[in-house]
Amino acid sequence: MTIVEQTPDRLARHAIEDVEAAERSSRWRWRGTFAVVWLGLILGLGIGLYATGRIDPSFIAEVGPFILEGAPITLLVCVLSITAATALAIIGALGRLSDNPIFNAIASFYVSVIRGTPLIVQILFWYLALPQFGIVLDALHAGIGALAFNYGAYMTEIFRAGIEAVPRGQQEAARAIGMTESQVMRRVVFPQALRIVTPAIGNEFIAMIKDSALVYLIGVREVLWRADVMGTRFFRSVETLLIAAVVYWILTIVLSYFQSRLERRMARGDR
Amino acid sequence: MSHASPPAAHHLGEAVVRATGIEKYFGRNHVLRGIDLEVRRREAVMIIGRSGSGKTTLLRCINFLEEPTSGSVEVDGLRVNADPLHARSRHHREQIRQIRLRTGMLFQEFNLFPHMTALGNCIEAPMRVRGMRRDESVAMAEKFLDQVGVLEKRDEYPARLSGGQKQRVAIARALCMEPKVLLFDEPTSALDPELIGEVLSVMEELAHAGTTMIVVTHEMHFAREAADRVIFMEEGVIAEEGPPEQVLNDPQTAATRAFLRRFLET
Repeated sequence: MTIVEQTPDRLARHAIEDVEAAERSSRWRWRGTFAVVWLGLILGLGIGLYATGRIDPSFIAEVGPFILEGAPITLLVCVLSITAATALAIIGALGRLSDNPIFNAIASFYVSVIRGTPLIVQILFWYLALPQFGIVLDALHAGIGALAFNYGAYMTEIFRAGIEAVPRGQQEAARAIGMTESQVMRRVVFPQALRIVTPAIGNEFIAMIKDSALVYLIGVREVLWRADVMGTRFFRSVETLLIAAVVYWILTIVLSYFQSRLERRMARGDR
Repeated sequence: MSHASPPAAHHLGEAVVRATGIEKYFGRNHVLRGIDLEVRRREAVMIIGRSGSGKTTLLRCINFLEEPTSGSVEVDGLRVNADPLHARSRHHREQIRQIRLRTGMLFQEFNLFPHMTALGNCIEAPMRVRGMRRDESVAMAEKFLDQVGVLEKRDEYPARLSGGQKQRVAIARALCMEPKVLLFDEPTSALDPELIGEVLSVMEELAHAGTTMIVVTHEMHFAREAADRVIFMEEGVIAEEGPPEQVLNDPQTAATRAFLRRFLET
C-alpha cells in the first residue's frame, strides 16, 4: 500500500502514535538512566568504603540487628509525638486565630518560646530540669513530650495558615445555612484545612524522624543510642553510625512514599 | 416545569422580611443610608443598581453576614436589632442564627463545600442543624436536586460540576432548609455566558411557583420576566421602586434612567 492511498486522517493518527511512542520510550530511557545512576552511587560508595580496608563487614552483621531493634522505638516516639503535636497545633492555631486576647497571647507565647529555644535544650529540660519541680518522667516520656511540644509549636503556624487558606466564602455559606460557630469549624473549615496542610504535616513527620535521634542523649534506646553504645564500646563508630544513618534514611523514604500516596488520595474532589 | 401561572396569579401574603432603618458604615464609608424594605410572602424582589450602590451589602445585612450599624431586621416574625457593639454576645449570635435558619442564601461564587458531594452539600444542614434523620434528608435533597435538574449529579464532587450545575446544587442546598425567603447575591455573575440561562430559568421557575426571594442582579431581562417588584439603589438609598414594567420601562428618576441607558447601550 502506498502512502497516496491512505486517507489524511489515517496519516495524522499514525503521526500522533509515532510521536507518543517516541515520547514514551524517551521517558523510560530517562528513568532507566536515573535508576542506574542511583544504584551506581550506592554501590560505588559501598565498594569505596570497603576498599579503604577500615570497614569490618562481619562487625556490621554482628551489631546490625541490635541497632535495627531501635527502629520500632524511633517510630513509636515519632508516631506518638506527631499525634500529640497535631492536637497541640490545632489548639494552638485556634488560639492564634482567636479574637480573645488571652487565648491569643497564650498561643503566641507558646509558639515564641518553643521556636526561640533549641530543641536539645527543651529535651534536656523535660528530662533533667522537671524533676527539680517533682515531675519525674522516664526518658521515653520526656523525649516524646519534648518533641510533641516542639513540633506542636511549628505545626501551630502550619495549621493557622491552613485554616486561613480556606476561602472566606466557605464560612459564610456555612453560617448562612444556620450552622453554629463550632459546626462551621468542625464540618467545613477543618476538613478543608486538613487537606491543605497534609503535605506540610508529612514533611514535619519526616523531619521529626530525624530530630527524634536527639532523644538518644537522655538514653531512649532508639536507633542512634544503640549505634552509639556499640560504636564506643568497640571503637568502631563508622560502621554503627552508617547503620544508624541508613535506618533513618530508609524510614524517611518509606514515609515519603506513603505521604505521596495519601496526598494523591486526598486530591480526589479537588478542583 | 411549565410557565402556566403568570405573575398576576400571585397572591402576595403578609410581610416575611421587614428591614427597618438599615444603616451600614464600613469604617467611615457610609454604604447604606437608611433603608426600609418590606418583602411579602410569594413576592420576588429584584435589586438593581451600580456596583458600589450598596445592594449586596443590603442583602448581606438581612441575614447578618454583615452586621448593620443600626436598624432592625425581621424575618418571619423574628425581629433582631443591629447591635454592632455586642455582635459577639452569645444571645445576639443565637438570634442571628435563628434569622439565618429562616433565610437561604446564594452566592456569586456558589460556595459549595468542596469536600462533600452534591448530595452531601444538601443533607449537611438538614441533618446537622435541624437534626433530621438521614433518610428524610436524602429524600428531600433528591427532591430539590431533581427540581433544579441536577439529580444525576448527586454523587459528584463540586470540582466535577460546571458553574451552572454548582449554582443549581447551591439552590437545592438552600431549599433543603425550607427557608422563608431566598437571598440571591448576583448568582450568575461568575458564570460563563452560556451557563447563565440554566440558572436563571431555575430561578424563574421558583419565582413563578411563589418562592419569596430577594435577588441582587444585573440581568435586566430576567428582572423584567420574574420580578414582582424592582428596586433601584443609588448611593446607599432606595432611589426608586415599583413593578418591573414601570421601573425598567418608564423610570421616574434621572439616576435610574442613566443607569438603564448604560445597560441598553451595551
